[in-house]
Amino acid sequence: MSAAERKTMLLTTPFHSRVEQNCELNDWGAWQGYTTPNSYFDVELEYFAIRSTAGVLDLSPMNKYRISGPDAEAFLNRLVTRDVSKIGVNRVGYAVWCNDAGELMDDGTIFHLAENDYRLCSYMRADEWLEWNALGFDVTINNESDDIAALAIQGPVSCTILTLIGCEGLNELKPFGIARFDFEGVEMMVSRTGFTGDLGYEVWIDPSKAEALWDQLFGKGRDYLIKPIGSHALHMARIEAGFLQAKVDFVPAEIAVRPGRTRTPLEIGLDWQVDFNKPLFNGRAALLKQKEEGLRYRFVLLDVEGNKPAEHSFILKNGKQIGIVTSAAWCPTVKSNLAFAQVEMPHGAVGDEFVAEIYYQRELQWTRLMAPCKVIDGPLFNPSRKRQTPAPAH
Amino acid sequence: MNKYDAIVIGAGHNGLTNAAYLAKAGLKVAVLERNPHIGGATVSRELYEGWYYSNCSYVSSLLRPEITRDLELPRHGLQVVPFGGGATFMQNGDHFGNYSDYARKYREISRHSKRDANAYERYKADTSRQTRLIRPFLLKTPPDPTSLKLRDLKDLVEFAKPFINMDEEGLLDTIKFWTTSVGDYLNEYFETDVIKAQHAGSGIIGTALGVYSPGTAYVLLHHYMGDVDGNVGAWGFARGGMGAIANALSKSLQSFGGEIICDANVDRIIVKGGRTKGVSLKNGDEYFADIVVSNLDPKRTLLDITDERDLPKDVVQKAKNFKIRGSSGKLNIALDGLPMFDGLDPKNPLMAGDLHFSDSLERMERAYDDWKAGTWSKDPYLDMMIPSLTDPTMAPPGKHMMSVFVQYAPPKVEGREWTDEDKDGFEKSVIDQISKYSPNFRDLILHCETRTPREIEAEVGLTEGNIFQGELTFDQLLFNRPFPGYAQYRMPIKGMYMCSSGTHPGGGVMAAPGANAAREILCDLKRPNTVPGSYADD
Repeated sequence: MSAAERKTMLLTTPFHSRVEQNCELNDWGAWQGYTTPNSYFDVELEYFAIRSTAGVLDLSPMNKYRISGPDAEAFLNRLVTRDVSKIGVNRVGYAVWCNDAGELMDDGTIFHLAENDYRLCSYMRADEWLEWNALGFDVTINNESDDIAALAIQGPVSCTILTLIGCEGLNELKPFGIARFDFEGVEMMVSRTGFTGDLGYEVWIDPSKAEALWDQLFGKGRDYLIKPIGSHALHMARIEAGFLQAKVDFVPAEIAVRPGRTRTPLEIGLDWQVDFNKPLFNGRAALLKQKEEGLRYRFVLLDVEGNKPAEHSFILKNGKQIGIVTSAAWCPTVKSNLAFAQVEMPHGAVGDEFVAEIYYQRELQWTRLMAPCKVIDGPLFNPSRKRQTPAPAH
Repeated sequence: MNKYDAIVIGAGHNGLTNAAYLAKAGLKVAVLERNPHIGGATVSRELYEGWYYSNCSYVSSLLRPEITRDLELPRHGLQVVPFGGGATFMQNGDHFGNYSDYARKYREISRHSKRDANAYERYKADTSRQTRLIRPFLLKTPPDPTSLKLRDLKDLVEFAKPFINMDEEGLLDTIKFWTTSVGDYLNEYFETDVIKAQHAGSGIIGTALGVYSPGTAYVLLHHYMGDVDGNVGAWGFARGGMGAIANALSKSLQSFGGEIICDANVDRIIVKGGRTKGVSLKNGDEYFADIVVSNLDPKRTLLDITDERDLPKDVVQKAKNFKIRGSSGKLNIALDGLPMFDGLDPKNPLMAGDLHFSDSLERMERAYDDWKAGTWSKDPYLDMMIPSLTDPTMAPPGKHMMSVFVQYAPPKVEGREWTDEDKDGFEKSVIDQISKYSPNFRDLILHCETRTPREIEAEVGLTEGNIFQGELTFDQLLFNRPFPGYAQYRMPIKGMYMCSSGTHPGGGVMAAPGANAAREILCDLKRPNTVPGSYADD
């Protein structure tokens, strides 16, 4: 195989040697062109590491764009729907962005690294869209996805373990804060962020130190029952926490093929992300118009009776289909049956009751279950340790 | 002032559950607890600084998810974390790893016997079939087969349906399963001693029977029918120890306005004109209520705190003859580090599961022989766990808490009461056994709490220290639990009920008896039912 041919194969992350050693089930998946584990040893136990001890996810394949220059803030404010000026230096903010029609393109996080210096992490690749939007702005945009190694360390003892590897005083870091520490002579950036709804951190470091970081974490973390986790366990945690996922809970506008399949932020429960006080951002006019004329859909969280996840279910009101489920799971920590749904307006106010038409298969036979469900005003999983500063020890 | 709608005696998990559902229905409820702390056998205590012991019950699986969700126990602080698999260490230095991942388990059984690895698939399907029969009835009141009431007839038909739907072979298998011994049952599937021994443990735990005693196959089912998040048969730890379950239940109860009164040792149920009127305490205090629910075992309820003269004679006789035999003890050990076992990497997830040292049915039966002879087993069957490998709050970092369930331990030693020397001997037989397989174990021991049936009975109030509040044999199950004619939670005195593990569906931290009894009480009071129905079980 030629070098050019080899380049088209799945890549491995800077942590691969360690990941491979721990991937006892040999259960690999692909994420942004990298091979990463779906599970390491037991999906259930990996999920519970996030909720009871600490789970470590190799985050390296995440799309990362460095945005810097005098117009960096102005550029981002034009790009995303929220007010970026409110994200202080050494703070992180969740953000979503739209096309001019107000259709949701993607969501991600903006790290304010220094004055005029930001990192945007996105689910979708955004090289082209960022380049187009940069026209007229004095900014430099650099795709640094392959240049930074990253791990998410999530769970009740995550702060304790990171403190042991040298993150002195980390417990004082507030949610969405950024702190920097020395790790074997290079800078290790730690943000109190994650995709699990739990106390947790993300660690960003030069790839040359990736293996050493892993070894330190698992060496010092062993007595605290640290465990590696794969994408399946993360999936369980993010549903329980009520977090949306692009391509699952909405179709990114850029890749939507069929008419009517996109949603605006207002229709997907992200109205709190849209700041109409900003004079101009992509999609503002369209979103304002929709706000005035009325929404087509509403995003809701449903508490579903019984224990069968309402995956891919239709949502019915008086026997008529008024919505669909995009994500659903039995939530192991809160012991509830949660579903994310998009319902037609005017349905979906908190307390509204519907029926989920659930199909499940046992020994080849499909069973249809009509499960009553109710709109709730937030995810049931909402532990205080997620918000507490100083962060608790366990 | 001391007047309530209902009084529940005993703040174990069933008493708290029962009270929570009564309070949820709007009743003014008080739970009276003899000890200064709640929980009964569902308790965590810090007996050595920094280490938390689940002193009695130590794992959770049977706790009904319908109840956990309905009473919002997670919001009240309960988190159940599953553990993966377990292992049996063998005398020849090898081990059998009971991996939870099916492919790994298959390869592990194959390492011992390829034929057994294949037979395991048949075993799994057959036991799953039996599990499916019983699971839908856990949150139901057992129908009375002698009753002609419409409700009983309807329930009987429902109960009989799956049996009627079975083919002849299935029916024969079922009858056999419910009556045979776990040893004989396993012999029909497996040829390898250690694999039989690994699976036989669940057939004898908490039971004063041996692996070859008829009826023990059902006990196996009792340990298989629970689940953690729908994984039937899976077991888990309550984060912070089993006391977390009682604590969450008590918070739920209090959220509905229920009261818990500790240090309240009930002496007598007050009966006037054939009706309960309340209870009197040993200290002379009285509490009044028209409904009195006992969470004590059937013997204590009917022979200790009820005046025999208030009861029909047949009930007194049945209570006297109720089988509730002490068969087990427990060691809770604070360890200075992780014990090493030959052939098992300390990082193997099996270390966080249930560990055993009995590698043949023969050894297990010999352990039972000691019990029959009136002494503790010299080569006991251990169900050993290290919960601090799953839950970092049980012991300081790098240190460990070990829970060792021990079988067999008789209620009396050669016919006399246990002495402290007996207790030391019992402890020694356990520690000696573990030390044979773990060279560093003995040196790691910082503190050890040893509980023989004597201590369990004295502290928790379980007659003879029987962990299930009565044997789980067919003569004491379903409409026979605690005894025929009284299986629907009502006692012969009007206003008096039982909600303990001595009633259907029996022992283990299930909370189903407490909930089922609440449903019957609310029905008698013509109040709306607050107890949830079962999840569809497939």
